[in-house]
Amino acid sequence: MRKYVILGGLIALLLGITIWMTGLESVGIFKMAPATKVLKATARHLQIVGAAEALAIAIGIPIGFFSTRKAMRFVSPVLIGTANVGQTIPTLAFIGIAGAVLGMGYKAAVIALFIYGMLPIIRNTYAGIRSVDPSVIEAARGMGMSKMQITTRIELRLAMPVILAGIRTSTVVNVGTAAVAGMIGAGGLGELIVTGIAVRVTQIILQGAAPTAALAIILDAAIGGIENVITPRGLKILKAAQWQQ
Amino acid sequence: MIKLENVTKVYQDGTKAVKDLSLEIEKGEFCIFLGPSGCGKTTSMKMINRLIPLTSGKIFVDGVDVMKLDPNELRRGIGYAIQNIGLFPHLTVMENIATVPMLQKWPKKKWRTRAAELLHLVGMDPGTFLDRYPSELSGGQQQRVGVARCLGADPPILLMDEPFGAIDPITRAKLQDEFLKIQSKIKKTIAFVTHDINEAIKMGDRIALLRQGELIQYSDPATLLNEPKNEFVRNFVGADRVLKGMRLYRARDVMQEPPLMFTEDENPSTVGEQMRQNMLNWAMLVDKKKRFLGWITYADLEKSASLREIMVEPAVTTSPETPLNEAISLMLNSAIGNLSVVDDEGHLLGVLTFEIIRNILSQESDDKKSDGGVKK
Amino acid sequence: MWVQAYEYLLRHPDKILEWTLQHLYIILVANACAVVIGILVGIYISGKGREQLADTVIYMASIMMTIPSLALYGILMGILGALTLPSIGFLPVVIALTLYGLLPIIRNTYTAIREVDPAIIEAGRGMGMSESQILFKLKLPLAVPVIMAGLRQAIVMNIGIAAIGSYIGAGGLGQPIFRGIANYRVDLILVGAVFVSLLAIIVDIIMARVERLTTPKGLKVRGKTND
Repeated sequence: MRKYVILGGLIALLLGITIWMTGLESVGIFKMAPATKVLKATARHLQIVGAAEALAIAIGIPIGFFSTRKAMRFVSPVLIGTANVGQTIPTLAFIGIAGAVLGMGYKAAVIALFIYGMLPIIRNTYAGIRSVDPSVIEAARGMGMSKMQITTRIELRLAMPVILAGIRTSTVVNVGTAAVAGMIGAGGLGELIVTGIAVRVTQIILQGAAPTAALAIILDAAIGGIENVITPRGLKILKAAQWQQ
Repeated sequence: MIKLENVTKVYQDGTKAVKDLSLEIEKGEFCIFLGPSGCGKTTSMKMINRLIPLTSGKIFVDGVDVMKLDPNELRRGIGYAIQNIGLFPHLTVMENIATVPMLQKWPKKKWRTRAAELLHLVGMDPGTFLDRYPSELSGGQQQRVGVARCLGADPPILLMDEPFGAIDPITRAKLQDEFLKIQSKIKKTIAFVTHDINEAIKMGDRIALLRQGELIQYSDPATLLNEPKNEFVRNFVGADRVLKGMRLYRARDVMQEPPLMFTEDENPSTVGEQMRQNMLNWAMLVDKKKRFLGWITYADLEKSASLREIMVEPAVTTSPETPLNEAISLMLNSAIGNLSVVDDEGHLLGVLTFEIIRNILSQESDDKKSDGGVKK
Repeated sequence: MWVQAYEYLLRHPDKILEWTLQHLYIILVANACAVVIGILVGIYISGKGREQLADTVIYMASIMMTIPSLALYGILMGILGALTLPSIGFLPVVIALTLYGLLPIIRNTYTAIREVDPAIIEAGRGMGMSESQILFKLKLPLAVPVIMAGLRQAIVMNIGIAAIGSYIGAGGLGQPIFRGIANYRVDLILVGAVFVSLLAIIVDIIMARVERLTTPKGLKVRGKTND
């Protein structure tokens, strides 16, 4: 209960700051971004993150899944190792290289976010499926389930919470990375922040920073909520028991 | 040495774990707190070293009210061993055992010698184990180190909460035997918690049987079996009181001198002659130092001129401390139906035969018919 | 393009070194603060009866983590400006890095202390150890490996966040990247990106080593002897 209060309070605070700043019309000689601009930037931001995430999920989950198969057992350590190392790489470096290699702009940003966002998804899909108790699979096979049935009904379903956690991490990080991408001309709320820093007007900075923070928190809570709903009740009880031990 | 006076423990939610418990444990006595789950035995024991605070009543250790002492000082003077042992995984065996000496600020040089001494006492080679870590030891070894650790600073009193509970029955029986041997050497005052009636009878000098926080009966094992106070005690002790009574005897109490004992260089025909004279069809073969080698049967005598060749190796042997009921199980595995009793180095001390057992059982049932109990 | 970057490296190794050192300096200061505050808080909230507090603290710290670094910088600039403290440069970046470093350390300290086998604590208490002796001789040594893992996470993550902080004047390896973006100097971008990535990867490897070295010997799983 308390958590919802803290969460709600924080989001309200951030949105409040955004509205306040936008309402200021101008600070000194600088004009604040009008509400439409803020909304457009937000929409753009969501576009970038959404597109990148959709691709990351669509391609990342299958990659993660196939790397758990026996046929791939020589390749998978390399793959997962790369994903791990990749996640160590600072987001700015990624964006920078993407901008340098692919040119500035929206497309470069989406591609960079897609690749970077795929890493935690691949990793969590792999880990999630690997964490399924092998005796469960053996029992399923013994009962006559086909490979496809085992995959969809058991492996994926049991791994879903972990996979979702990976999607959650990926999305939240990408909201931040997309903000940085504002610097390579991708648009979005990052642009507002960057403009504000350039002209040294804190209010404009806040116009961009507050909604970005709110966006990240809201998406994190939302996907967290989905995680909660989707986790099979049996797994929740198991997890709770493990925690108490 | 330890005196509980009207000790009561009531928890915040109203549960009365211990109700007006009074008993006294003499110096050097091995006292067992026995009872079913929730009877308050562990709670009572833990109030002695103030791990659980008393609600009312007093506890005296060596004449001093425990509430008048600093709790940490009190605990450092009392050995404490629990079921899950709680060995410190990041410390070596030596450091574990030397914990209380360390807390009492013994000089560092003494830690190692003391730890080695105690490892030796619990039957583990100091050279091998002093510098090992708990994760490298088996369950039985860890339990032994746990016992050694609670003896660390040579406390006069030991509190033990099911210390042998978490291991397999075979290792447990072994550890119980060894602990009894140790206790006979060091004579500590011990408060020992268990839910296992067999362990209680085997180990205890006196047993305090508790139920739902109340003391039902406090007496030595024989009296507990012999004169159960009420239905609850009778049921808890179990219907097989005679067999349980076998626990009260040890091999050394009933064993015989070996009737026929020969060394290897004896003449087989002499052996045969002696067997006929004594009307026995078996004899025991020992070496020059009286260490037991094996059994000789009459029927095999003509098979060879060398006693060594026809000898049957013993499948099992037993120590003089073994309770009689365990000895009976061992006898059933014996090569020829008799059981040799030997010391730590294998020297022959005596022999147990089915005849002996039968006599005891018939004695028991006779006694039972007359005064309704097991002989003390 | 890569050739250009390489050439830049050859021509200005001193600059690159300067940026790397600036970067490391910021990381060091911030993470040292995070460690001190984090461990103290972690110990405090792991005390008896403080579960609710622990829950709240960890929850707030985890929300903190979800806030994008650029956004946090922006908000900090606002707050610091309002307090008439320097709002660009070293201070906001260090504050941000400390805040981000707090979660892994607090959470790991708390979890590690809570998860110490209760039998060990009971044995210690039964043997007469005082609460502080139990904390320093039992709980903390056993918690070290997990705390180290948290520190590793914090440091590696902070390298990336510090890079972004270059934008608000803190120096470090983010500088060439931003300058490169501003002036369309691809060689600068690549030098910065490659070096900051290398820094992150190398520090990660070093921290992994440190993790292993600081784990008490008895806790590394070994084989068992025979009874």
